[in-house]
Amino acid sequence: MLEVRGLTRAFGGLKAVDGVDLDVPEGAIVGLIGPNGAGKTTCFAAIAGFVKPDAGSVRFAGADVTGREPHVVARAGMVRTFQITQPFARLSVRENVMVGAWLRHARRAEAEAAAERVARAVGMGAMLDMRAGDLTVAGRKRLELARALATSPRLLLLDEVMAGLNPTEVAEIVGVVRSIRDGGVTILLIEHVMQAVVSLAEQVHVLNQGRIIARGTPAAIVADPAVVEAYLGHGAAARLAGGGGGG
Amino acid sequence: MSARARLLLALGAVAALALPLVLPSNYAVNVAVMILFSAFLGQAWNIAGGFAGQTSFGHVVFFGTGAYASTILHATWGWNPWLAWPMAALAGGAVGLGIGALAFRAGLRGSYFALVTLAFAEVFRILANSAEFTRGGLGILIKADARAANFQFRDPAWFYYVALALVAASLAIAWWLRRSRFGAQLAAIRENEDAARALGIDVLRAKTLCMGISGAMAGAGGTFYAQKYLYIDPTIAFGVEKSVEMLLVSMIGGAGTVFGPLVGAVALGFVGEATRALTSAQGLGLVVYGIILVAIVARLPDGLIGLFARRAARRGGRDA
Ligand SMILES: Nc1ncnc2c1ncn2[C@@H]1O[C@H](COP(=O)(O)OP(=O)(O)OP(=O)(O)O)[C@@H](O)[C@H]1O
Ligand SMILES: [Mg+2]
Repeated sequence: MLEVRGLTRAFGGLKAVDGVDLDVPEGAIVGLIGPNGAGKTTCFAAIAGFVKPDAGSVRFAGADVTGREPHVVARAGMVRTFQITQPFARLSVRENVMVGAWLRHARRAEAEAAAERVARAVGMGAMLDMRAGDLTVAGRKRLELARALATSPRLLLLDEVMAGLNPTEVAEIVGVVRSIRDGGVTILLIEHVMQAVVSLAEQVHVLNQGRIIARGTPAAIVADPAVVEAYLGHGAAARLAGGGGGG
Repeated sequence: MSARARLLLALGAVAALALPLVLPSNYAVNVAVMILFSAFLGQAWNIAGGFAGQTSFGHVVFFGTGAYASTILHATWGWNPWLAWPMAALAGGAVGLGIGALAFRAGLRGSYFALVTLAFAEVFRILANSAEFTRGGLGILIKADARAANFQFRDPAWFYYVALALVAASLAIAWWLRRSRFGAQLAAIRENEDAARALGIDVLRAKTLCMGISGAMAGAGGTFYAQKYLYIDPTIAFGVEKSVEMLLVSMIGGAGTVFGPLVGAVALGFVGEATRALTSAQGLGLVVYGIILVAIVARLPDGLIGLFARRAARRGGRDA
């Protein structure tokens, strides 16, 4: 479904994304993790057309979409959410989600019905008439998800939709994400909440300083010394092994 | 629309149709014509500045383009002004598309966009001042020949009805924008361009198209003005006053709302007339007018419509 090859993007001298290869098979939930500043969000932005990659290619559903405009990518069926939520603040939740729904529905009644259906599916049924600007953090994260989902995507790029949520809310969103996948949508997920990644993703890629340093099942990734070092610093893997099962 | 809103709208329409019959003088009818005309131009601005959030300081450029287009066709080329009218809308729309495409492709937003539109209006004014086919600073006179077939009326009530039709059409366009996919795209762009883009909206195309619609409306307004006063010159057609008036009417009434420009035009019209009547000293009237404007803008960020909406919400809250 998604094939990324050698994706590279620098800001000034800093290579935020540096030769990233990434595959997302149709119907899968794939995780993309890594410490702060690893380049995950930049990776999404380069895939979805928000920043032009310096090198590399992005193929989506068999077509080359490298460097295409975001709206072209979205219409092709690949839609991202924003880590820093970007609500249409002065519009209601219903109107926000409808903006997504209008992409596939020409008639107002249909767009409205689709938006309400999606809003209920992500647990926002009771918030439809609220102003998006008045939502809590958790509400805004859900709204990001709902709007993207309302465009009937084939591939969703979710950027930390669980950050800042309490454990109950995380558990709810995990359920929502799983049901979205079961509805036939492929998912690439950036997430810091490891509990969520472990329970959702079949395959995880680990990014550090712009490079993929490990990939595999969540269980294998958590045990990988290179990953532990990337998160906790040089020598941490050895210390943890020596200390015996702590942490 | 609720039954109550529909009733209010019907009553408003009947009152508007009957108004020229009860107004005491031609002067009063002319004031009403200018209020309606101001509401129409304000709505043209509102399509871009309110609905799409693309604040322009130079919207007069479309008005002036339309005014010159139809007046040249009529006065110089002998076209019937009714036939020249759609050409004025086309010309205004084309300039809207052109300026929109240039400015938005260059990535201009916010105050940069506003200033560039202002600059375009100035450039057009200077061009009109120096070109031969616009007769430079002399301006163009339209020969008085008061026949309806000639888009000239002896009785100002007819201008009133033409202006009323323009306002009705502009309200219909604004209403359509509130309901349609295109309108939802413009609202999304106004609120957050990146998010709009992420959801598949072609931001450049939508903004440019919106400037085209807005420009066509203002261009059509140009013909009306020229036919009413039978004279245009570069300052009338491209001077900054009309740009400011369009923006003020819309902001004071409530930018981005269907009825904002109409409410704003009525309010401004009354304030203008009242200050003129109450204060005989010319300068003082302007000062009072200015103070009232500043007070409205400062106290009512969502315009007069916002005030009504808030009151209605409060009343609703108490009833519940
Ligand atoms: N627009 C930009 N201009 C300059 N530098 C940038 C820009 N965007 C990101 N960076 C830098 O690129 C690096 C990667 O940032 P990015 O946001 O992609 O990381 P991330 O993995 O998403 O981090 P986090 O987990 O904190 O969200 C960081 O060092 C960041 O400061
Ligand atoms: Mg990030």
